[in-house]
Amino acid sequence: MRPLDEKETTQVFEKLFKFTGNNLKNIVESPSHEGPDSNPGRYCFRLNKNRVYYVSESLVKRATNIKRDNLVSLGTLIGKFTKNGSFHLTIQCLNLLAANAKHKVWLKPTSEMSVLYGNNVLKGGLGRITENINMGDGVVVFSMSDVPLAFGVAARSTQDCRKMEPNAIVVIIQADIGAYLRMEDEL
Amino acid sequence: MGAVSLGKKRGKASEKHPPGKKQKRDSFPAKSSRKEGIVSNLDGQNAKKKQKKVSSSSKRSKKDDILSDSDVSDGETEEQEDVGPDSGSDMSSDGDDPFKDHFLQGSDEEEKGSDLDSDSDVSDIEEKSRAIDKEKAREEEDAEAELQLNIKEEADEFRLPTEEELEEEARQPPDLPSLQRRIKEIVRVLSNFKSLRQEGETRKDYIEQLKLDLGTYYGYNDFLIEVLVEMFPVVELMELIEAFEKPRPICLRTNTLKTRRRDLAGILLNRGVNLDPLSKWSKVGLVVYDSQVPIGATPEYMAGYYMLQSASSFLPVMALAPQEKERVVDMAAAPGGKTTYIAALMKNSGIIYANEMKEPRLKSLTANLNRMGVTNAIVCNYDGRELPKVLGRNTADRVLLDAPCSGTGVISKDESVKTSKDLTDIRNSSNLQKELLLAAIDMVDANSKSGGYIVYSTCSIMIHENEAVIDYALKKRNVKLVPCGLDFGRPGFVRFRGQYRFHPSLEKTRRFYPHVHNMDGFFVAKLKKMSNSMAAPTVTETSEVVEQTSEPTASDDEGDVPQHLGKEHTVKKNVSLKNNVPKDEKENNRKPTRKRKDRKRFNREEVMKSREEKRETLREAYRAQKAGRKKGESVE
Repeated sequence: MRPLDEKETTQVFEKLFKFTGNNLKNIVESPSHEGPDSNPGRYCFRLNKNRVYYVSESLVKRATNIKRDNLVSLGTLIGKFTKNGSFHLTIQCLNLLAANAKHKVWLKPTSEMSVLYGNNVLKGGLGRITENINMGDGVVVFSMSDVPLAFGVAARSTQDCRKMEPNAIVVIIQADIGAYLRMEDEL
Repeated sequence: MGAVSLGKKRGKASEKHPPGKKQKRDSFPAKSSRKEGIVSNLDGQNAKKKQKKVSSSSKRSKKDDILSDSDVSDGETEEQEDVGPDSGSDMSSDGDDPFKDHFLQGSDEEEKGSDLDSDSDVSDIEEKSRAIDKEKAREEEDAEAELQLNIKEEADEFRLPTEEELEEEARQPPDLPSLQRRIKEIVRVLSNFKSLRQEGETRKDYIEQLKLDLGTYYGYNDFLIEVLVEMFPVVELMELIEAFEKPRPICLRTNTLKTRRRDLAGILLNRGVNLDPLSKWSKVGLVVYDSQVPIGATPEYMAGYYMLQSASSFLPVMALAPQEKERVVDMAAAPGGKTTYIAALMKNSGIIYANEMKEPRLKSLTANLNRMGVTNAIVCNYDGRELPKVLGRNTADRVLLDAPCSGTGVISKDESVKTSKDLTDIRNSSNLQKELLLAAIDMVDANSKSGGYIVYSTCSIMIHENEAVIDYALKKRNVKLVPCGLDFGRPGFVRFRGQYRFHPSLEKTRRFYPHVHNMDGFFVAKLKKMSNSMAAPTVTETSEVVEQTSEPTASDDEGDVPQHLGKEHTVKKNVSLKNNVPKDEKENNRKPTRKRKDRKRFNREEVMKSREEKRETLREAYRAQKAGRKKGESVE
């Protein structure tokens, strides 16, 4: 387990910024209530076997005596580095993103299951959408009861959405919670 | 005789046969005298016939004796001979429904008798009525006797199969209905053994046969059936085995990190799930009766609002009762149901070390932790026995050990356990569990402000894996059992069949059974670590105290002091041993005599006085030792 170096940190923060915008500082600087100490520490990012974890400092301190091979997970996994060195966010960071998301989309109940099967969000399934989404922005997908379901990239801006036909893709899903059932082994 | 047995079953029906056949029986009245003589001959009867006859005879007032006469098999053969010329076709029916004919014959006799009475004089009538009353009284007595004999003979009817019959059965494929009948019969006999037993058959024989039948009918191997038969009385054993055949209801636990039980229940009800709160002892449990949508695939499940978990898995975490900001270790964490419950109770504060030895199970553990939104967990992949070295001794506040076991309590989930477990399996898992429990105890900090507890649980009902392991830990480490906080279980065994005698505090452990609590077979024990030194406890209450304490040094030196412990530890241990030895001597001197005294007369004041004296001497000894230790340290 080691801290991220410069390049890796920029990669991670770039990806996160797409979804959270200026709320990124919330993620980085929020006080953590984990750990047995009474003073809240901070959160930090650690890398172990090409996986990036978002974890409280008190946990990090106490995980140092576990060998690298035997350490499986710390805190929350937020993403993985691929073999070529690019960083992808994984579904486990959905809660983190949902708390700090700038752009949100709410789905109608009828298209919830479709998204959970891994399909993209179509215009016909859109319930609500926040304003000022541009193409290529990171978007978090919620159900009507504010349960976070998935996150992805906006295919169109909000204005364009209004003009599209019902079958056009609005959000290209990168990860959805259906993966916990469909692809548990690959997580 | 075969025809007769058929007749028994159709006895009732035979009574309803058309009255037309009555006329053919007119030839019988002359036989009455002969049949009276045969009344007393009750031997060699077909019991079923008799039973039918007796029940009907008790209904009839007059001529009951004639009915009983007709019970006689000889009577039947007589009838058959006589009936021959009358109705050849009736022969077979006679063979089929002997009762019908006898009853009808009896009614014919009644008519005849009434004719006689009306013809004779008044005095004759009186005499005759007296005679008839006497006969009636005698007949009632006989009927009673026959009833009793019938019951016995009906039990006799159930004989244990002979060896030849068993061999024959073994050759053919098992006949399940007859097996089931035999099982029921044996259970009935065993529950009222004195009156229902067959001559020459011991209880053991019945039980042996029951074991064989249960094994064949339900699919258990010999070892497991033997263990179950030893542990439970027969009726309860049947209930248990039946309960193992059915699945327990599906339960789920609300994830209080994300939602509340009320809200979740509302959402699921909207989706079409039929559910109820689990019980009054759980605030987060829900039981699912049926559901229109797959309960493990709802968006709420995937968002981490609840976890599918059996009700018995709630219990060890409830017993552990982790507080916020504590250090908790879960030594066998996969698939993560209990770990996530711990995190929910701690509200994501503190730190949880979730350890799992088997790699394939790690994936489900991490997936569940992430899904349920647990942020204070560190997952590692070690053998549980190495954990004290890695995480440090005397560092954790609470430890949960849900030990790998033989799984005999969850047979309803996994039928292969019925046939695959053997004594060696149990012994192996028992050894592993003992080692794991010692490692768990070593990890806990006895001086922790809020904790110092270890919870040991298994999903097994074997004594080897439950009480024996806890007893071993009580002897090897300085821990004591405390109440689990689960009132509704059965207390664990303190002694068992003369083979085992455990520490009396083992009654604080809890056992759960499927046929009593409607959850999987489970065992929970909560230990509190008294001190961080590795010495075995000094003041124990079993009768083994005398032997134990007379050699504390020997056993402790061999077993408990690992080689790599530093000097401080050995010093501490020596000190504590010094503490122990004088105490023990006094205990030794007192305990046996105290016990004898108590048995002779239970005098409360004396007991209290002697206890006070004991405390004084202990205090003095401790003070002496404190002084002695300083000298000891300077020496070393």
